[in-house]
Amino acid sequence: MNEPRSNPLALIAELTHRCPLHCVYCSNPLELEARTTELSTEEWSRVFQEAAALGVLQADFTGGEPLTRPDILDLIRAARAARLYVNLITSGLPLDESRLEALVQAGLDHFQLSFQGAREEVANEISGTRAHAQKLRVLEWLKRHRIAVTLNFVMHRRNIEQLPEMLSLAESSSASRVEFANVQYYGWAFANRDALLPTREQLTHSIDFLKKAQERLAGKIKVEYIVPDYYARFPKPCMGGWARKLMLITPSGEALPCHAAKVIPGLAFENVKNRHLSEIWEVSDAFERFRGESWMQEPCKTCDRRALDFGGCRCQAFLLAADATATDPVCSLAPQRPKVDAILLTINSRVAQASASALTTTISGDATEPRRTDSSAGASVAAPTESKPAWRYRPNPS
Amino acid sequence: MSIDLGSRPRLAPGCRMEEKTHEPRTLLMPERALRLNGPSLEIVERCDGQHTVQQIITELQQRYSKAEPAKVQEDILGYLALLEKERALDFEPRNT
Repeated sequence: MNEPRSNPLALIAELTHRCPLHCVYCSNPLELEARTTELSTEEWSRVFQEAAALGVLQADFTGGEPLTRPDILDLIRAARAARLYVNLITSGLPLDESRLEALVQAGLDHFQLSFQGAREEVANEISGTRAHAQKLRVLEWLKRHRIAVTLNFVMHRRNIEQLPEMLSLAESSSASRVEFANVQYYGWAFANRDALLPTREQLTHSIDFLKKAQERLAGKIKVEYIVPDYYARFPKPCMGGWARKLMLITPSGEALPCHAAKVIPGLAFENVKNRHLSEIWEVSDAFERFRGESWMQEPCKTCDRRALDFGGCRCQAFLLAADATATDPVCSLAPQRPKVDAILLTINSRVAQASASALTTTISGDATEPRRTDSSAGASVAAPTESKPAWRYRPNPS
Repeated sequence: MSIDLGSRPRLAPGCRMEEKTHEPRTLLMPERALRLNGPSLEIVERCDGQHTVQQIITELQQRYSKAEPAKVQEDILGYLALLEKERALDFEPRNT
């Protein structure tokens, strides 16, 4: 420990791993937890009380799909009774307007609706189900209720060109915030990475487009953009630093420093059924392991940026460098950066080749569909010319 | 963005004060929390949909009578603009 222990500010409550969607980039681990192991209403209520006592301000209800919990209204009331601010991160299924009304009445503070795209076809392909039309209905219901709304578009190579349409959708809604969050590569997204990573050209266009949107919409909609860190020069300050600000509880009650922490071998996790949350925060091996700076290697150890990005992401270091104490390989200063560059080179040249062969087809007159040339909304990038990938869909737990 | 002195700011949906009464108090909002104390708290407490921007300015100019009134006004408008940019405020239009 090199600094005084801070307290967590947000509790990420994975209420369940059950979900009607099967998104190919789901942030849940590959090993999903079964319904029978889920914490009860009473156990969650105790966790909210302990979290508030520890200094937590906000609870993020997520999953899986939190609305699959039949006790969702009780859980919102319990978190509000503990004086927490309650965010619901949802696909909008299963929901109807009377249930939405009940969520608001129960004290929900913020409704965050995820989208897999602006158009039905790709959105349904990515989620492995027909969810898009329902989300459009939810947007209409939300207009009739006084609640904060954030739209979250998860971006990748297959949908990044729909950015102007996604922004229009946000502008026609009651959202005060919209997040365009590129997929980051863990869990299911790591398994499907080669089909998801955008090209450098796509990314550059999207950044230009959103900069203009941010200026135009200032004071109306707060526009946030998260780029895929594979393309960044420096790593993201993952989770605001390991065990510094956030605590995640899995459906069965395991306390994790982040969504993906279970990929790191040798970490011991505590369960909220057995120990008080404050004790877990203080002494859990998994939380202590990468706290502060003593675990760092060079170049992190003596780097001026170590207090800004905390060495980046431990899970990514393990996934890409097979060493959880390594500098995050996406960092331009990391010894393992060439691995990331090689991945980017492969993707970019493969997509360029696919585009070139599609263009040849168009010129020779064999194309069955004209190429999409509508660039009126400002972000013109060649439409993807790849065929549908062999996705690994996230299943539903038992 | 220029702020109408006759408009009445109030906290936007999803923005509310933490439920405790000792300072520093916290303004909770989507994905964020702002610690408030002293003048920032006095401004936000008056963003109740009742006070006009001009009334907030006048009240705080009286409270901080030793400070230059123009400077107080400038600080308040600057802080309201920051909260507007965070989408923490809605401005009820001037009375019709």
